[in-house]
Amino acid sequence: MKPEEQLSKIQNVESFEAKVGAQLGGPLRATSITTLQVNVGKLCNQKCKHCHVDAGPDRTEIMERPTFEKLLKLAQSPQITTVDLTGGAPEMNPHFRWFVSELRALGKKVIVRCNLTILMVGRQNADLAQFFADHRIHVVSSLPYYEKSWTDRQRGEGVFDRSIQALKLLNSLGYGKSGTGLELDLVVNPPGAVLPATQGTLEPVYRESLKRNHSIEFSRLITITNMPISRFLEFLERSGNLESYLETLVNAYNPATLEKVMCRDLISVSWDGWLYDCDFNQMLELKVDPSVGATHLDQIESIEQLNRRPIVMRNHCYGCTAGSGSSCGGQLD
Amino acid sequence: MSNNHGPDCYYQGKDLKKFGDITKHSPDLGKKFFDYYSAVFAPGALTEREKSLIALAVAHAVQCPYCIDAYTTDCIQKGCDEAQMMEAVHVTAAIRGGASLVHGVQMMNHAEKKLL
Repeated sequence: MKPEEQLSKIQNVESFEAKVGAQLGGPLRATSITTLQVNVGKLCNQKCKHCHVDAGPDRTEIMERPTFEKLLKLAQSPQITTVDLTGGAPEMNPHFRWFVSELRALGKKVIVRCNLTILMVGRQNADLAQFFADHRIHVVSSLPYYEKSWTDRQRGEGVFDRSIQALKLLNSLGYGKSGTGLELDLVVNPPGAVLPATQGTLEPVYRESLKRNHSIEFSRLITITNMPISRFLEFLERSGNLESYLETLVNAYNPATLEKVMCRDLISVSWDGWLYDCDFNQMLELKVDPSVGATHLDQIESIEQLNRRPIVMRNHCYGCTAGSGSSCGGQLD
Repeated sequence: MSNNHGPDCYYQGKDLKKFGDITKHSPDLGKKFFDYYSAVFAPGALTEREKSLIALAVAHAVQCPYCIDAYTTDCIQKGCDEAQMMEAVHVTAAIRGGASLVHGVQMMNHAEKKLL
């Protein structure tokens, strides 16, 4: 579904932009950009039902070396402390290891949004987990449920078993173990048209179950709201849940979350170098506000240009402000 | 709640949203009820998740369509899958069935008294 069509399907609720504008007396603005979130391509070994990127094995969009080089230049700014790599499966990009090594040499914290199964696929990935540990990468991985049922239903047949193998491998290298400094966070998104539970509700259940049944440990559990875009939007429409889900998001609007939404200190870069306020705006092709003076890596002179920019908002943003709030780092309060 | 009920059906899914309206003709009692309701479902000696599964089981015992929809959603949200929810419904069935069967003892006691 094209981005304009997606946006049109979620427009029949109170305008998020107008609501926030009335609350703040003007647009929501970024603060100081500390995180570069880089979507290195849409290629993935999985095809998850909720994926907002519409990623999969058949996608060909992939970041090339010159774009990575421009990002390295941008990342040199001391203002950038963290580079957050996502996809698709970011590890499937042929420049992944080189880029990570360069970032670590610059002293940047590197987050990889790893789907876990990629660690268990193919000879070329046999030492990937060790590469993560050697470069002290912060691994953030989706595991929507602590059992096979909902995990495979959402992410594909056999994904749970391979994810468990991958988590055991990461644990064996020190990931998720206290005192190692190797962070392993699990991401839980709801199994359907409901808001996520609080992290405080789910984390003890996951921790106990994964430990008891699989001897697996992890650092933190983070919850993320399903955004009403792309494949999840198609599901909402197909299942007759669209109206009620939007109503749930709107009714759960929590103004306090605006302080901490991720677009305020993050810039999202697409595989072809365009700049966005977040990965969701990227998929909806909503580029950064033109007042920045640069909407592409080729045009940007310094990261400071992106500070204080007005955030481009549409109704999908209700997903980040519902209840406890939601971001790539989990709930906001 | 599913919407495949006709307009004359007593139970309409959209009516669940009007639950708060019960305060209309008795605001003090209504408010006390909802305050109590919120307090009951707050985490305490039991977790919110455990309370949600209990509510789902009770919803089946009292056969309230609104409650079944509301607590199925709530249980899913709190990470209870279909197997866990169905086990909760079996607890309902066991207690309901058991409550009938245990009266068989009363029947047998009475029969024992009446019969030669």
